[in-house]
Amino acid sequence: MSAQLVQFLLTGLTVGAIYALVALGFAIIYNASHVINFAQGEFVMIGGMATAAFVESGLPLLVAAPLAVGGATLVGIALEKLAVEPARGAPVVTLIIITIGASIFLRGLASLIWDKKIHSVPSFSGETPIRFGGATLLPQTLWVLGATVVTVALLWWFFNRTLTGKAILAVSHNRLAAQLMGISVRRVLLVSFGLSAALGALAGVLIAPISFTTWDVGVMLGLKGFAAAILGGMGSGPGAIVGGLALGLIESLGAGYLSSAYKDVFAFIIILAALIFLPDGLAGRRRATERV
Amino acid sequence: MFFRTLLAAAGLALAFAAPAQEPIHIGSFLSVTGPAAFLGDPEQKTLELYVEKINAAGGVNGRKLKLTVYDSAGDAEKARAFAKRLIEQDKVDLIIGGSTTGETMAVVPLVEQAQIPFISLAGAVVIVEPVKKWVFKTPHSDRQACERIFVDMKARGTTRIALITGPGGFDKSMRGQCMGVAKKHGIEILADESYGAGDTDMTAQLTKIKNTNGVQAVLNCGFGQGPAIVTKNYRQLSIGHPLYQSHGVASKGFIQLAGGAAEGVRLPAAALLVADSLPGSDPQKKVVLAYKNEYESRFKSDVSTFGGHAYDGLMIAVDALRRAGVVDKAVVRDAIENTRAFMGTAGEFNFSATDHVGLDVTGFRMLEISGGNWTLAR
Amino acid sequence: MASPDAAAPPSASSISGTSRRGLLALAAVVALLPLALPNNYTYEIAILVGLNAIVCVGLNLLIGYAGQISLGHAGFFGLGAYGSAILAARYGWPTPLSLAAAVAAVALLAWAIGRPILRLKGHALAMATLGMGIIVSVVIATEDRYTGGPDGMAVPPLGIAGATLAGERAWYWVVGGLLVATVWLAQNLIDSPRGRAWRALHGSEVAAGAIGVDPARHKLSAFVLSAALAAFAGALTAHYAGFITPAKASFLHSIELVTMVVFGGMASTMGAVLGAAVLTTLPQLLTVFKEYEMVMLGAVMMLTMIFMPQGLVPTLGRALAAARGKPR
Repeated sequence: MSAQLVQFLLTGLTVGAIYALVALGFAIIYNASHVINFAQGEFVMIGGMATAAFVESGLPLLVAAPLAVGGATLVGIALEKLAVEPARGAPVVTLIIITIGASIFLRGLASLIWDKKIHSVPSFSGETPIRFGGATLLPQTLWVLGATVVTVALLWWFFNRTLTGKAILAVSHNRLAAQLMGISVRRVLLVSFGLSAALGALAGVLIAPISFTTWDVGVMLGLKGFAAAILGGMGSGPGAIVGGLALGLIESLGAGYLSSAYKDVFAFIIILAALIFLPDGLAGRRRATERV
Repeated sequence: MFFRTLLAAAGLALAFAAPAQEPIHIGSFLSVTGPAAFLGDPEQKTLELYVEKINAAGGVNGRKLKLTVYDSAGDAEKARAFAKRLIEQDKVDLIIGGSTTGETMAVVPLVEQAQIPFISLAGAVVIVEPVKKWVFKTPHSDRQACERIFVDMKARGTTRIALITGPGGFDKSMRGQCMGVAKKHGIEILADESYGAGDTDMTAQLTKIKNTNGVQAVLNCGFGQGPAIVTKNYRQLSIGHPLYQSHGVASKGFIQLAGGAAEGVRLPAAALLVADSLPGSDPQKKVVLAYKNEYESRFKSDVSTFGGHAYDGLMIAVDALRRAGVVDKAVVRDAIENTRAFMGTAGEFNFSATDHVGLDVTGFRMLEISGGNWTLAR
Repeated sequence: MASPDAAAPPSASSISGTSRRGLLALAAVVALLPLALPNNYTYEIAILVGLNAIVCVGLNLLIGYAGQISLGHAGFFGLGAYGSAILAARYGWPTPLSLAAAVAAVALLAWAIGRPILRLKGHALAMATLGMGIIVSVVIATEDRYTGGPDGMAVPPLGIAGATLAGERAWYWVVGGLLVATVWLAQNLIDSPRGRAWRALHGSEVAAGAIGVDPARHKLSAFVLSAALAAFAGALTAHYAGFITPAKASFLHSIELVTMVVFGGMASTMGAVLGAAVLTTLPQLLTVFKEYEMVMLGAVMMLTMIFMPQGLVPTLGRALAAARGKPR
């Protein structure tokens, strides 16, 4: 019986780690610009699809994956430069619609550049299942969890130990003050979009060997990542991670012990409850009261 | 009959007299994008390829074919609007399309009212039961798939099974049909799990099935990437029972995705997938091999049974048009209904006033994946 | 979203004149449009525009005036559609009754869930409404004994005592009339004290509270009204099409509805109508681009929002006013 629980937990953590990476992307852009970037899922798609395309064209995975993440980063920067930046000063909801337009655009573009078929990406280190406490896991699961831990550590270092990272934090706390201190908000926005795109693409590369990838895989992963970001408290880095893992665990435990048909419903009921009873998210801190 | 022949002769005469006639207009709405794009994509390619080929060979009854395809993106409301556009604005002579059951069913009232022949490419049995006068379909029904699977299970001594179902219309409809006919075939369903759209991992559901006492085999009703993930997770958890998939995964892509995990998976599918290994005496061999070679050499990608459904639909329509001789909708409809012993990629079609799918279960071959390829199961 | 920098509603003084002119223009368009509609297909598109516009006018009261986002209105749309369809098809209710019951039930539901979730702000409210919408669509897709599952279900036509509303032309006049009535209702509400309270909320909730506007009550009224209109349009859509699938209750449809409102111009009733018209017709026009259709749709959305950040109607209105002002 406990082997079953171990299996559910492992599944939940793997899926949750992916949600967490996507959620981090949402949080970073939200912090820098207060935009909820609905094109975040498309970065996941680009990461997976580009890797698959590069591998199919004969490149080794070790080259294909970084190329894909790099390509997605450029797309993220281009999105900021070409679509968000020109709309500077527009209402936030207008910016959100722009990102929705961008996600439709990118999805359409992906179906043109690649195709509408489902693609697979080879596992990083084989497919022989590993036994663990009566449960089994794929080696790729270890890659997902390991890469997530490393990424989170790198992000922590970036935001706390580098000037650019600190500048982003400063802008998210008080844009005007940061500007007065000589921080270039435009550069911060560019870096944030690039970083978010890279995180999304990384998630796409990591999950593709487990769940395959297609031109429209970003819709659902983007949605789940958004939910995770909110569950953890929008704009909070640790919150995004906690939210992602929690969402993954809720889904797998819900499917395992309650009803697999209604697992998404449980997940969203818990999110609704969390929003109502913990309005600042699982890892939330009270924000300053609103001023008139 | 005499009248019809006369009309045909008149049509033929006209064809010679006026070579620059209006083309015969075939309308189509397909899920070229959206979640069912892997159905609509090969369907569209097939229709375009063969309309081009038929026209190059002189068309039908001396008239060229004109094809108009709209992308309904798996959305029933869009399908309805496009069907209306085909009927009212483009004034097509017949419709071949509807990749999914939802899109097809949304359009059925329109074609019945407009009295225009409609050949659907979707799976569920509700499309042709009860029979609708103007609606035909070319894929096997999901109920037939269930029955074919259950017959195979019984033959191998399996009576207690688990179901795992995907989120799509095809998936849920097949699950319902399988549960409906299970009893008749002496099959007992012990577990009934499902997964959602975009799910990346089904080990939780499969672990539950694995720990259900008495399960002898597992059937996955689904299409798209879901079944490939289920297959991989199934092997990861080293569940020993046989795994059955539906005809929804009947493309080489499935084997490529699931890789080694696909070994031993059984499913019912049309002969198209095993075209090369059919015995020379098989009456279907010629048709399926020709379509396969044509499609694969043009598009440089593996053939799927979905494109085959479009091929069957178009060829049945062309055959009916040739027999009808005229492009009168009622005459063409009657000609389609009178299609007998027509060999398509899905099997031999025998339509009648009470049967608008025209295929029997024998068209379904039981396949097993072995050595990275489809093989005829024994 | 609820942030103060969102499009500020026009000042109350200019509203009455502009809105009356808008209403008249809309009525004229509805009356004259059939002259430009050659066949039933074009009528179909016009009807779909009208039905979507009814939802958007309601949603605009919530988003544009009360300043509250909702990413779950397709859920209400779907509940209205399926509620009426199930009562009529499975339980044999007369369709006018099933429609009224479905709309009333959705209004009640919106009231019940609106009370807790409207305390949330901005992205939290977006998430809560999104979650609610997804729960509705999962239930609809799963409970196939009642709903037919993802393949959808057939819906009886709208009618009383044997006489049914059938044919595109008849439906056109019904939907056109209902749209004009909805716009009239919305404009009257906006000009009423309630509308002023909504606009006050949009500006600043804290400030509105300080001058005696009860934020919770007024947010709730906008939410319930918009949900009821969505359910009403949903039920009409189902009865008109004779068929309904869960796609109409999906998260993507919710996003589509919000996009229509913002695209046309927030805090502009005519903007909501125009947004619905453009974004319903656009995919039909873009079919000429074949496989480039999605790319074009995305590009049009982005470019419009970049160059008209306030939406179509407010931007065009301002341009018109400027052009008229110049010659003098």
